[in-house]
Amino acid sequence: MGAYVNKDAKKLQPSFVSANLLTDTLPENNHTPFQKNNSDIPEEIRNRTFQDVSLCYQCGKCSAGCPVRYYMDIAPNKIVRLIQLGFYDEALKSSTPWICAGCLTCSVRCPKEFNLAGFMDAVREIAVKKKVKVKEKDILKFHKAFLNQIKRYGRLYEIGLVGEYKMKTLDLLSDVETAPGLFLKGKLGLLPDKVKDRKSIKKIFKKTDKKKINKH
Amino acid sequence: MKIGVFICHCGENISRTVDCPKVAEVCRNFPGVEYSTNYKYMCSDPGQKLIKDAVLENKLDAIVVGSCSPHMHERTFRNAAISAGINPFLVEIANLREQCSWVHDDVEEATQKAIELVRMALEKVKRDKPLTKIKVNVTKRILVIGGGIAGIQAALDVANAGYEVILVEKEPSIGGHMSQLSETFPTLDCSQCILTPRMVEVYQHPKIKLFTYSEVVKVEGFIGNFKATIKKKARHIIDDRCSGCGLCMENCPIKKKAYNSFEENLAFRPAIYTPFPQAVPNIPVIDETICTHYKNGKCGMCVKVCDREAIDFDQEDTMFVADIGAIIVATGFKLYNIEKKSSGSIYKGYGEYGYGKYRDVIDGLQFERIASASGPTSGEIKRPSDGKVPKKIVFIQCVGSRDESKGISYCSKICCMYTAKHAMLYKHKVHDGEAYVFYMDIRAGGKMYEEFVRRAIEEDNVKYIRGRVSRIYEEKGKYIVKGEDTIAGMPVVVDADMVVLASAMIPHDNAPLLARTIGIPYDKYGFYNEAHPKLRPVESTTSGVFLAGACQSPRDIPDTVSMASAAASKAIILFSSDQLEREPVVAKVNEDICQGCFYCKKVCPFGAIEVKDIKDINGIVFKEVAYINQGVCKGCGTCTATCLSKSIELAGFNNEEIFAQIAAL
Repeated sequence: MGAYVNKDAKKLQPSFVSANLLTDTLPENNHTPFQKNNSDIPEEIRNRTFQDVSLCYQCGKCSAGCPVRYYMDIAPNKIVRLIQLGFYDEALKSSTPWICAGCLTCSVRCPKEFNLAGFMDAVREIAVKKKVKVKEKDILKFHKAFLNQIKRYGRLYEIGLVGEYKMKTLDLLSDVETAPGLFLKGKLGLLPDKVKDRKSIKKIFKKTDKKKINKH
Repeated sequence: MKIGVFICHCGENISRTVDCPKVAEVCRNFPGVEYSTNYKYMCSDPGQKLIKDAVLENKLDAIVVGSCSPHMHERTFRNAAISAGINPFLVEIANLREQCSWVHDDVEEATQKAIELVRMALEKVKRDKPLTKIKVNVTKRILVIGGGIAGIQAALDVANAGYEVILVEKEPSIGGHMSQLSETFPTLDCSQCILTPRMVEVYQHPKIKLFTYSEVVKVEGFIGNFKATIKKKARHIIDDRCSGCGLCMENCPIKKKAYNSFEENLAFRPAIYTPFPQAVPNIPVIDETICTHYKNGKCGMCVKVCDREAIDFDQEDTMFVADIGAIIVATGFKLYNIEKKSSGSIYKGYGEYGYGKYRDVIDGLQFERIASASGPTSGEIKRPSDGKVPKKIVFIQCVGSRDESKGISYCSKICCMYTAKHAMLYKHKVHDGEAYVFYMDIRAGGKMYEEFVRRAIEEDNVKYIRGRVSRIYEEKGKYIVKGEDTIAGMPVVVDADMVVLASAMIPHDNAPLLARTIGIPYDKYGFYNEAHPKLRPVESTTSGVFLAGACQSPRDIPDTVSMASAAASKAIILFSSDQLEREPVVAKVNEDICQGCFYCKKVCPFGAIEVKDIKDINGIVFKEVAYINQGVCKGCGTCTATCLSKSIELAGFNNEEIFAQIAAL
């Protein structure tokens, strides 16, 4: 095992090297960086994260520690770089923000205290708002199914999540083999675990309503 | 009083918007003016001659020059006045350039303003009193604080110029961090080989008095007349009896109770020890905290073996007071402790790098000791945990540096170079080994520095990877280093046998305390501030206190040595005359009306104000008043403005002069 070789990566996604080479190539038109001054995206990101993307000095520590880095098409630090350079389309089209699990490892380890997980959230929101054709559209459905469970019970109801997700994607058979193991370990409760004050949860959802957010 | 008025055109700078001949003409009719003229360049040689001739011919008592800012040429015109036999403080400048011609367009109005400015200066000069420069005696002896390469160089330079030096070092030996280094970049010459001759020279120099294991606890006074109190900590060895034979250290039964801090905690030391064999002075120290004698009064093995009876368990700390004229502060740096946040530290530490948890994750100075021929492994590269030779080694740069989250925001300047050196030394010693360097940027500004880094990459095949490491964890005896090559955009994993972290340079913990003791400013990290970042880099804002080396900011050996020599030459300039001349523009207290509120003492930025007791005929104190030390006062006027009873006056700018100037408007 040495540099540039990773056994996990090979096992999980054998073609990640070639995938990288394909998607890391910038489109041929509009190569001039820092040109899209009239875009509202930097402002939008600043409003949502309270930080400026210029904070990032591209050390790469976020990508180095990202647990889901191997599933991404573009390294997380490069998404920040694309936004810094003004290559917004490339950043919004990437699957990286959608693969990001929001585990906050990057934000915690960042030497510049840049909240990369929050930044990824903002990029996702902008992509949805701008109706960019999301590469990982199933993940968007998963996000929605997840939020619906929270809205309903205040906590995650796993079976409900799986059910809703599978109904949305019509992908009924994938990952079925993991269910018995999860069930035996007590990770799949049969009945939803509800919080008492569900009214407040509803209030939160009402306040952060999609329409209202988009007004910002 | 006969006053001369001289209006300068400053080429076209003033005359473009101010009608200079008219100003001179109008001013001739003002009361007190005996002579008035204008000239194209008053600061030039003929211009100064014109002033001199006019003074002598018309027997003038004072002059007003309408010219540029006094910052620019006040000194020039004062010197002209001196050569004409007038007191230089009877010269006033009306600033017709910065405050008039440069900021106005209308010729008529600008000319009128110029006339008003000259009139104001005239009213002030009429009330000016001749002042003479204050003379202060200079004690031609210097205190150098810190015995690293900066302190050694400064001490030798001042001593070789023929002045006495007191060198104070807090450790038992001089040498500092440089004595710990294996080899130095970019020439790879042995650090101790070039340093130890200097250390011996310091010890043997007749002009240098060396205080090791000592600290400066108090500094009083002002430039040329400091008084420093030095605490000499008890070594428990009688210095002049000890021959440095080392028998006591060999026979000390306590072998493994304390880490040797010189070896960066990679080796143990006995209770009686010298930091390293080439220590200067070669006199041991007894560590009271682990010595058996101080626990139960027994043992005494060292006393038995010492045939010169040099051991004195009852020795106590001694205080020395020294009169000195200047101070060079050369206290150096320490390495940022990468361990997890420890209590009392303002730095967070790096939990994710496993320093302090994994024994083979070490810092730069520890690697220096491992690579050093005199180190714990005799120069062989071995892992601290099991003594095996690491076949794969990872160096990580910018640990602590350029990291606002867990460290400091500045660049420590030397890590790029010493990491390249470490990787090179490793490759020279372990031929079949692989060396990886994780970097963010390579900052190799310096003579032969860039070439050195390229040599590491091209000739010694050190693998440089651009990206900060996220995490290091142990797996099957290997240290898994997870990084990302940001150039390739690819994750990188190295299973290393040993990891070296290039940790940041920070000031010593007690650097701010020493700064307050001496009275010099420091920045938020604890680095001492220079008087001017470009033009006065080796002086502190306190006159007579100079800075050398890494106590001012991170720097490498060549920079430190040049700074030390520069500080030494500044001190030698100070010592070149028996008396120091100071501008007489200082504040003075009228003791009759001073109420002793000491608001002035609170606001004085230079600490020039002291409490003075006024005694009656029987010697009983009946009043306390402020007293301004003329050696320290810089004439800023803050106390004058603060004084409630208006009992402080600034010479050359007293109330009468200022009010007359305003009233003339």
